[in-house]
Amino acid sequence: MTEIQRGAYIHIPFCDHICYYCDFNKVFMKNQPVDEYLEALSKEMNHCAMDELPITIYIGGGTPTALNEKQFERLLSNVDRFLMNPAVKEYTVEANPESLNAAKLEMMKRYGVTRLSIGVQTFDDRLLREIGRAHQSNDAEQAVRLAQEYGFDNITVDLMFALPGQTEHVLHQSLERAIHLHTPHISIYSLQLEPKTIFYNRMQKGSLKLPSEDIEADMYGQIILELEKHGLHHYEISNFSKPGYEGIHNSMYWRNKEYYGIGAGAHGYWSGVRYANVGSVKKYIESMYVDGHARISEHKVSRSERIEEEMFLGLRLMEGVNKLDFKEKFGLSMDDVYRLQIRQLKKQGLVHEKDGWLKLTQKGIFLGNNVFEAFLIS
Amino acid sequence: MSDKQSRQSRIRNFSIIAHIDHGKSTLADRILEATQALTQREMKAQTLDAMDLERERGITIKLNAVELTYKAPNGETYIFHLIDTPGHVDFSYEVSRSLAACEGALLVVDAAQGVEAQTLANVYLALENNLEIIPVINKIDLPNADPERVKQEIEDVIGLDASEAVLASAKTGIGTDDILAQIIDKIPAPDGDPNAPLQALIFDSLYDAYRGVVVYIRVVQGTVRVGDKIKMMAGEKTFEVLEVGVSTPKIENRQELSVGDVGFITASIKSVHDTQVGDTVTHAEHPAEKPLPGYRKMNPMVYCGLYPIDTARYDDLREALGRLELNDSALQYEPETSEALGFGFRCGFLGLLHMDIVQERLEREFNIDLIATAPSVIYQVKLTDGSSVRVGNPSEMPERKFIAEVEEPYVKATIMTPNDYVGAIMELCQRKRGEFVTMEYLDANRTNVIYDLPLSEIMYDFFDILKSSTKGYASLDYEMDGYRTSDLVKMDILLNGERVDALSVIVHQEFAYDRGKAIVERLKELIPRQQFEVPIQAAIGQKIISRSTIKALRKNVLAKCYGGDVSRKRKLLEKQKEGKKRMKAVGSVEVPQEAFMAVFRMSHDD
Repeated sequence: MTEIQRGAYIHIPFCDHICYYCDFNKVFMKNQPVDEYLEALSKEMNHCAMDELPITIYIGGGTPTALNEKQFERLLSNVDRFLMNPAVKEYTVEANPESLNAAKLEMMKRYGVTRLSIGVQTFDDRLLREIGRAHQSNDAEQAVRLAQEYGFDNITVDLMFALPGQTEHVLHQSLERAIHLHTPHISIYSLQLEPKTIFYNRMQKGSLKLPSEDIEADMYGQIILELEKHGLHHYEISNFSKPGYEGIHNSMYWRNKEYYGIGAGAHGYWSGVRYANVGSVKKYIESMYVDGHARISEHKVSRSERIEEEMFLGLRLMEGVNKLDFKEKFGLSMDDVYRLQIRQLKKQGLVHEKDGWLKLTQKGIFLGNNVFEAFLIS
Repeated sequence: MSDKQSRQSRIRNFSIIAHIDHGKSTLADRILEATQALTQREMKAQTLDAMDLERERGITIKLNAVELTYKAPNGETYIFHLIDTPGHVDFSYEVSRSLAACEGALLVVDAAQGVEAQTLANVYLALENNLEIIPVINKIDLPNADPERVKQEIEDVIGLDASEAVLASAKTGIGTDDILAQIIDKIPAPDGDPNAPLQALIFDSLYDAYRGVVVYIRVVQGTVRVGDKIKMMAGEKTFEVLEVGVSTPKIENRQELSVGDVGFITASIKSVHDTQVGDTVTHAEHPAEKPLPGYRKMNPMVYCGLYPIDTARYDDLREALGRLELNDSALQYEPETSEALGFGFRCGFLGLLHMDIVQERLEREFNIDLIATAPSVIYQVKLTDGSSVRVGNPSEMPERKFIAEVEEPYVKATIMTPNDYVGAIMELCQRKRGEFVTMEYLDANRTNVIYDLPLSEIMYDFFDILKSSTKGYASLDYEMDGYRTSDLVKMDILLNGERVDALSVIVHQEFAYDRGKAIVERLKELIPRQQFEVPIQAAIGQKIISRSTIKALRKNVLAKCYGGDVSRKRKLLEKQKEGKKRMKAVGSVEVPQEAFMAVFRMSHDD
C-alpha cells in the first residue's frame, strides 16, 4: 500500500474583529485586497491539485465567514473546482457566530461542506467581551441551531479555558450550554499568552490576571470529567467527540501525515518537506503572481525528526502510538530507539503500554510536554 | 633645547573620566579621528573597548593606551597619549594607577544628566594624582541638554572652575577642536630626567600567547631600550627587554621609551603575576632608589565556587581558568568539591563585577555553562581547641560546637555625599550592621560619612542601594580594616529533605530568621515546579527556622491549536528541553542556575 493520503488546509486571514488572545496570521478585513487574495488562493489550489487531490479539506482563519456572500461563494466554488475529490472524507469550514448566516449555510451545503467548526470560546457574555469577541452567547446558540436546521449534524464547538477571570463555575456553565447543543464534537483549548497579542501586552503591563496553574489543572480535570460523562470521548489533548466524529483532518496532523498549506501564513507538509507561506497578504498575492508560489521557508524533515514527530504528535492522541506501525514505518522498533526514555517516563508514571500501543497515563495527559520533550533526541 | 627635550615638551598624557553612557568611548573615537590615527574605513565604532563584553556592557575592563600625533593649528606637532580607565568601583585601584600615568584628564559630563557618583569618585582619584582636569560637557545636542546647570553643578559638587568647560557633542564632533586646543594649553608636559635611573609605572599588562606578557608602562624617569635588563621593584626576577613600542592603535615597535612616553615592553615574561599593576619597572643594574608611590598588592576580596553544569566539562573549566589567569593577576582559583555540584573550583575575585566578568567570559568565550555559588568573604574561625581556620566556603564552616568565635573582615567605608542624603546613608549603613565612626564636613554642600562595615554587607548591593538612595551623588571608597568578632552562624538550605551544601550561607544571628524566610521564599519562586512536591527548609544546625513547599507540577501540556504549524510545537519543546540543560539536578530536584546566586542576593536585599 503506497497510497498517499493528504489533507488540504486553506487559510483566510481576514477578520472583522481582532480577538485579544489571537496570534494567528490575520488582518482587519477593511481595505484589504480580498478579491485578489481569493484569486491568488485559487492559483495555489490549482498548483496543488496537479499533484493529488486531498482527502480532507479544512478552511480556517482568521475568519472565513467574514467574507461577504459573493466572496464566500467564490472561495467555495474555487475549492470545488480545484480540490474537490469525490472521495473526500471531511470538508470543514470554520465559522464565527456573528457572521454565519442562512445564505452562507445554504452555500456550504450546496458545495459539499460536511463539517462546521464554530468559534464559541465561552458562553459567558462578560468573558466574551473581555477576550474581544464580537458575539454574545445567544448568537452562538442560534448559529449552532441554524446550522443544524440546515442539516449540518457534524458540528464542532470551539471553547477556551483558563481565561482571565474565568472561574470553575463559569466554565461549568459554558460546558453545560455546549453539551446542551448536542454537537458531536467539542474542542477546548487553554489560553496561551503569545507575543503580539493584546493580552500579552496587558500581561507585560501587569494588568492581566490569569488563573493559577492549579486552577488551570483543576479546570482541565473538570472538563474531561464533565464531557466524558455526556458521552464526549476524550480522544486528543484538547478534543472530545462522540464515537465516529473524531476530526479527520486534524488527526492527519497528529498521525504525522502530509497536507497542503494554502494561503498567507499557511504551513504545509508535502513530499517530506515542511514549509511555510509568507504571512503578509500583499506579499502572498505578489508571490503567487510573480513566482507561482509563496513559500518563504522549507525544511526537509530528516528521518530522526520524522521519528520524533511521530511520537510527540501521536502521543497527543489518547489512543497513543502503535508499536507495530512504528516498526513498519521506520524499520526500527520503538524500544530500540527510545528504550531509556520510555523506561524513565514509565517510572515517572507518565506513559503506559496497552495492547501494543504506547500512550499517556492520566498524569501524562496533564504533563504532556514533559513526555513529548523526552522524545526529542536529535 | 635638544631634540629629546623638545619632544618631551610636546607630549600630553591624559585620560577620560566619565560616567557610563556619558560618551567616553565616542569622544575617544573623535580624538582618534581628529588625529587621523585611523582612517574612516578602519574606524570601528568605539575602538578602544576591544573585548565584546566591554562593548556590550559599555564598560572598560582591560586598559588601553594609544599614542596619537596631532598637528595643531599653531604648526607644532604634539604627541598625545590617551590612557583609558576602567569604569567600576571594583577596579578603582587600576583607575588610580592609570590616572597616575597621566598629567591631565578630560572630565566628560552628560549635558542632561549632570555629575554622577562614579564620575565624582574618579575625579577625586585624579585630583589626588595632581591631574589637570578639563571639563567637557557632552551631548549638548540632546533636546534636554542644560549645559549651564551642569556647569554650575561641576562647580558646586566637584569644586572645579567650569567657566571654560568645552561644550561638545562627541557624536556629531562639535567641540572636538576646542578639546584638542585645551589639551595642549592646559595639560602640562611631563617633567622628568631621561638620563636618571629608570622608573616606569606599570598600569596594565596582558598575556599574549606569542610574546608573553605585554607590559603597559608610563616612563616617569629615565629611558628603557630594547636589550635592557629590567626588574619589577616589588618582585625578584629580572628580564631582558625584547620589544619596546606603542599602539597608535596599530602596534609600532620603537627602540626606546623615554620620559613621558606611554607604551609597552615585552621581555619573555611568562605570567601577569610578575607584572603587578602599580609596580615600578627599573633597570636591573642601575635601579632607581625607590619605587614610584602607590603600589598595592591586590588580594581577592570575594570568593565563590564555580562548577560546570555538565560535570564532564571539569577539565575544560580548569583549562579556561588557567587561560584567564594568564591575563588577570587578581584571579585566583583552586579545586574544590561539593556534594551537590560535584567537582569545581573556589575562585577569588577583587569584587562582584570582577566575578561577574570572569563568569561571563567563561560562559561566552569558552562555552562552559556554569553554576556559581553565592560569593563569600573569608572568615577566620577560632576553634575550641585553640587552633584557627580560614573559611571561604560557607559549607566548610565547622560545626558550632567546635567554634570558639568567628571573625569577619570589616572595611572602613568613606561615603562622600551631598548633605541632603546624610540621613539616608546613615540609615543604610545602620541596616548593614555598620558602626558609625565620624562625619567630616567638607564644605557647605558635602559631607564625608565614615562607617565601619562588614565586608560581606557591602559586597553586593550596597553600592547600588547607595546610588539609588542618593540619586547617584554619593561615592563610596573603602579600605580593609581588619577582622572583628561577630555573632555569625551557618545557615543550611535543605531541598526535599537533603542539605544542599552549595546553598549554605553565613548570616548574622540577629538576621537569621528573616533571611532564612526570605531565602526560602525566593527559592520557591526560582525553582520550577517538579513532578513531585519539594519542601524547602532553612536550618541552623539541626533546627529548622523556616520552611516552604514547591507544589508539584500539575499541568504542562500545550492545549492550543497550532494547526499544521508543527515546527512551532517542536521549537516550544526544544526550548523547554534547552531550559532543563541550564539546570542542575541536585538529588532528584532540578535547580536553575540563578537559584544558587539568589541565596546571596536575598540575604542582602531585605
